[in-house]
Amino acid sequence: MAKTLFDKVWDAHVVDTIKDGPQVLYIDQHLIHEVTSPQAFNELEQRHIPIFRPNQIVATADHNTPTLNQHLPVKDLLSRNQLQQLSENCKKNNITLYQLGHKYNGIVHVMAPELGITQPGMTIVCGDSHTSTHGAFGTIAFGIGTSQVAQVFASQCLLLTKPKSLRVTVNGQLKNGVLPKDVILYIIAKLGTNAGTGYFCEYAGDVFENMSMEGRMTVCNMSIEMGARGGMIAPDQTTFDYVKGREFAPKGEAFDKKVAYWKTLSTDEGATFDKEYFFDAEDIEPMVTYGTNPGMGIKVSENIPSVNDASFEKSLEYMNFKKGESLINKPINYVFIGSCTNSRIEDFRVAANYIKGKHKAENVTAWLVPGSKQVEAQIIQEGLKDIFDAAGFELRQPGCSACLAMNDDKIPQGEYCVSTSNRNFEGRQGQGSRTILASPLVAAATAVEGKIVDITKQLN
Amino acid sequence: MEKFTTLQSTAIPLAIENIDTDQIIPARFLKATDRKGFGNNVFRDWRYNKDGSINKSFALNNPKYSGSILVAGDNFGCGSSREHAAWALNDYGFKVIVSSFFADIFKGNALNNGLLPVQVSPEFLNVLLTEVSEKPEIKLEVNLEAQTISVEGTSFSESFEIDAYKKTCMINGYDDIDYLLSKKEMITAFEAKKTD
Repeated sequence: MAKTLFDKVWDAHVVDTIKDGPQVLYIDQHLIHEVTSPQAFNELEQRHIPIFRPNQIVATADHNTPTLNQHLPVKDLLSRNQLQQLSENCKKNNITLYQLGHKYNGIVHVMAPELGITQPGMTIVCGDSHTSTHGAFGTIAFGIGTSQVAQVFASQCLLLTKPKSLRVTVNGQLKNGVLPKDVILYIIAKLGTNAGTGYFCEYAGDVFENMSMEGRMTVCNMSIEMGARGGMIAPDQTTFDYVKGREFAPKGEAFDKKVAYWKTLSTDEGATFDKEYFFDAEDIEPMVTYGTNPGMGIKVSENIPSVNDASFEKSLEYMNFKKGESLINKPINYVFIGSCTNSRIEDFRVAANYIKGKHKAENVTAWLVPGSKQVEAQIIQEGLKDIFDAAGFELRQPGCSACLAMNDDKIPQGEYCVSTSNRNFEGRQGQGSRTILASPLVAAATAVEGKIVDITKQLN
Repeated sequence: MEKFTTLQSTAIPLAIENIDTDQIIPARFLKATDRKGFGNNVFRDWRYNKDGSINKSFALNNPKYSGSILVAGDNFGCGSSREHAAWALNDYGFKVIVSSFFADIFKGNALNNGLLPVQVSPEFLNVLLTEVSEKPEIKLEVNLEAQTISVEGTSFSESFEIDAYKKTCMINGYDDIDYLLSKKEMITAFEAKKTD
């Protein structure tokens, strides 16, 4: 029978099936961080259960880390305690940890792909909903709760019901200035925040085939924002070239053998999906969100829709926007380029390319937070830091930072932030903060202009 | 995990759609390293005004409403995978969350913590929201064995779906770790024959 990419990877990992119940799915790689792991370690310890496969776990500190002065002890006591617990737990259980300051430290979904830990055909989990990012490599990767973190610790498996399948196909040529972030914001705006719930999504079509791995990661990252547990793109030459030569990637003959297998993973001709959507690349424009969920997005040139619904109105009230108005020329005081969605080298290249020779507006605080130590090093090495410095942007140290504002990087009450992150929920970037999601290009232009502009007019 | 069979309780109505886990428990409260105590901060930024005073118009602060059932709008629990959301709701005293739609990860997290997500039709959700809002003393009855939810003293009743395995776990208080540990040999054998 014709199989989908998802079927092939899933079926290769089924250990057992409970009659009329879930399946036991084997997990190849488990990624952990400081916020969602301590309770799982505690639980196992209390129940005297050992960690089953410590060499298939990699840990990093990212959610709750400062982005300034990382060489100094962490000031916040609770954060410091959480980081210390991670170190102790990893040491006790022989788990590899890239702690704060380590040359491989970074946001879990930036660090693992760049080290070659993420490989096609794998199953990967992490106590973080944006684990869907790794699907860019043709892996089944998804976020789990802490009880499931404990289950994987105990057995390297999870009990799961196989999700339904969904395919989103986008064909055509993207317009100048339209980035992968715009593609996924467009898809979510069209489909809504729960169209994917209960499904695993495959992205297909020339738009994704022509994307870099960084771009594919941006797209798959936000699958969860339409409710899908994960998103995948079939591995191809772009994928193999990216993985090749990375620290933990297979080498030599072993790599070639893997590639031969990875090439078999694409969805078969004639395979069917439970749901399919098709979009036209030419219809996509630079996007911005205007509300308090990622589905509330519009083309930057469009006006906020007029919907008569209590939840919609509550959302606009929070944002202090009106139905039918345009966001163009809205003054913005904060810009954040970072997060597991857009903190890879390509994102900073796009920003630097726009910013070069310009200066940020007087009113704007612009934070650039690389996804990892390696990205940070590359920014410096490529001379991008000099461009950012000259333009008045602040390059900080790696971490999740203002995406969820667990550390000190908070947007003040009532302020708008044009952000390359993934969630515009109420208070997500700090109590009372108002988030407008956008691409790194739109974010860079906002910082320079001090207000939202129609970037397409500048480019054409 | 605590066992769950049936529950009769008054309920708290929260007619807001797309309640994300950042609202249920904001990120700044995720620095704790155990599972307890999150109830104090459940819906923190909706329960309190900007100046720190209590927001009296929020349902959880309305003395009219009480009980261990939360009746909430569509797409409850979307966003972050933080299990702290389920812990916070549990810790506050909820045993059942009713909505017309649940986000995947939240649903799994709730079930893993003995917090029962009851998915009803949008029409029945409207009935429940109206009944509970207008008659705060009215009790809802949730019967997991029969998979039904009804409004006491009325003919309003609906059945709900739940995975058979998860139902057994909830009724008996089992968790997935117990089951997975019983499969260790099979897992090891799988690893041995797995080539990729």
